[in-house]
Amino acid sequence: MGVAKYIKDERGAIKEVIYQSGIKVKPAYGPEDLEKSGFTYEKDLGAPGEYPFTRSLHPQSYRSRAWTTRQYTGFGTPEETNERFKLMIANGQNGLNVAFDLPTQMGYDSDHPLSEGEVGRVGMAIDSLKDFETAFAGIPLDRIGSGLTINAVATIMMAMYQAVAEKFGYSKDQISTTPQNDILKEMIGRGAWIFPVEHGVRLVGDSIEYAVKELPKSNPVSLCGYHIRESGATPAQEIAYAFEIAKAYIDNVVQRGIKPEDFVGRFSFNFNVYGNLWEQIAKFRAARKLWAKMLKNEYGVKDKKKLFLRGLFGGGGSGLTKEQPENNIMRGAYYALGAALSGAQTTALCSFDEAYTIPTERSALLSLRTLEMLMDEVGLRDTVDPLAGSYFIETLTLEMEEKILEEMKEVQQMGGMVNCISNGLIQRKVSKQAYEFEKGLQSGEYKKVGLNPSAKDDSSLDSTSGQAEKTDAGTVELHEYNEEWAKKSKANLIELRATRNNKDVKESLKALEKAAKGRDNVMPYLVKCCHAYATVGEMAGVFRQTFGEWKEPEFY
Amino acid sequence: METKKKIRVLIAKPGLDGHDKGAKIVALALRDAGYEVIYSGLHQTLEQIIQTATQEAVDVIGLSIMSGAHLPISKKLIAMMKDQGLDDVCLTVGGVIPYQDIPKLKEMGVSEVFPGGTSFEKITKGINSLC
Repeated sequence: MGVAKYIKDERGAIKEVIYQSGIKVKPAYGPEDLEKSGFTYEKDLGAPGEYPFTRSLHPQSYRSRAWTTRQYTGFGTPEETNERFKLMIANGQNGLNVAFDLPTQMGYDSDHPLSEGEVGRVGMAIDSLKDFETAFAGIPLDRIGSGLTINAVATIMMAMYQAVAEKFGYSKDQISTTPQNDILKEMIGRGAWIFPVEHGVRLVGDSIEYAVKELPKSNPVSLCGYHIRESGATPAQEIAYAFEIAKAYIDNVVQRGIKPEDFVGRFSFNFNVYGNLWEQIAKFRAARKLWAKMLKNEYGVKDKKKLFLRGLFGGGGSGLTKEQPENNIMRGAYYALGAALSGAQTTALCSFDEAYTIPTERSALLSLRTLEMLMDEVGLRDTVDPLAGSYFIETLTLEMEEKILEEMKEVQQMGGMVNCISNGLIQRKVSKQAYEFEKGLQSGEYKKVGLNPSAKDDSSLDSTSGQAEKTDAGTVELHEYNEEWAKKSKANLIELRATRNNKDVKESLKALEKAAKGRDNVMPYLVKCCHAYATVGEMAGVFRQTFGEWKEPEFY
Repeated sequence: METKKKIRVLIAKPGLDGHDKGAKIVALALRDAGYEVIYSGLHQTLEQIIQTATQEAVDVIGLSIMSGAHLPISKKLIAMMKDQGLDDVCLTVGGVIPYQDIPKLKEMGVSEVFPGGTSFEKITKGINSLC
């Protein structure tokens, strides 16, 4: 997904260009295009840092501060993750983006039968506060913020982060955590959901309410268009669905008597940058404008700062190929360029070997260097929103705005996001699109350098000939899974259960259950459970007992 | 001339991995290619997969694994298939599979491996040759 459709004539000249979002692109744009659309600077752009923020949230953007780089990091044991954290920070990364293994993400301890083969594989294994103490040892939690890529059990991890900070002598108002905490997108495109839709949304609501009152520097929700796009949504849908999901969460919190003004400013976004460069840039500029307008006009938010669409624009794995992996280094550079031209506050970049493995140190550092180069060498910090005023980009941004609104309207007409997801409507739609695109890729309708056969190249279309892993510079290094991780985690659990105060654990879990069954905010109870060294599995187990598990709607 | 019975395929997502894009794409492709396709949904235990495969009388179980845990999962499932007498059911594995693991999987008894990037043509050819 992401490559535009190019219809060429017999000589290879491009007759038609159609972006994934459905926008047709002309050979040339001029002042008449802006005139036709009624474009005005004040209405459609605003000065940098002024409503509607199309150009930039801040007047100076990168002139005052380069973007924050957050490479998704974590694997194996908390010890190894701690080492990698320190390496990245020493190499200039200024925020953490923590990866958890699947058992942790799914609320299971390392010794649960379903955890077999998965402990520490795709992220670090966290079973209790003790593991957090190891993982974050020596990290200045008052200076380095942590994105926690956790969703179904985000409440548990947020509570644990607060607990570990308190253990290290920080207060909860000093720390900055951004749990991803977007359960609705899990149900569309990432799959790490546990509980039924309404309970998942309740937990998100609890965490937002708690953050408003107790965690002033934390950002309780990161609305993820990223994964929805990875699953097959177009760039316009990526923004539209993320916004409709945001509305579902906002509505839940508003029902608790909290005004949008008090919490929407702390939403952040996670968006995807692969594919056609211009489409991405227009998408982000349109998104900033639409978010500000929506909050102002539909939710009555007045404070300028709270209208900001703050986001990590990065990624995007789907754009990479398994074939000729080194090509992904260049692709990554172009995607990062797109993020920079879009004014991303925070960014991350997929590494060239993503199709094979968790990135090695070498490939993760290459990604980081790519991001640095844009800021420090190539000139992306020079001026704010450099493409503003371009006849093409401004026309495209307006068209993208229309497309996004169209997609949002469709969701509204289908009864809103919660309804769409509960009935599988969005899931089926994006899967079908992903399938159509894959067909186009395999037929050569969409071009992918190194993948589609060129006129001269006889080689078959797929990448299973056994050669793809070998590159000009040597083989792709695979990140090995270490059986020791599971052994260590299990041993730690045995020790934990023997040394902690099990009476405290039992009591804290009982109190948690009462809150979960009722309408109390679960967060303070979770913090207590964490301090008592209840395990992730035990806390999530209470939720499983209380809420049950979601049954996916039919696929076809 | 007798009409050929449609090949029945279960596309299954074992374990905790939630990446279902590839599985869903392949399910749609196989359905378009004329197979009867059942999609298991996420977070299936191996027991559940065996149960569905038996109930639906499938010819092929197609595992989709993106998390890297394909070796331990396949090993276990093969043992269970033998145990449950699913001798005439073939097992294929797709997803994020490094090439060095393909011979290992085949040695275990996996009939075909379709790593990410395999064309629909190759997948259908592969399945047809098994059944």
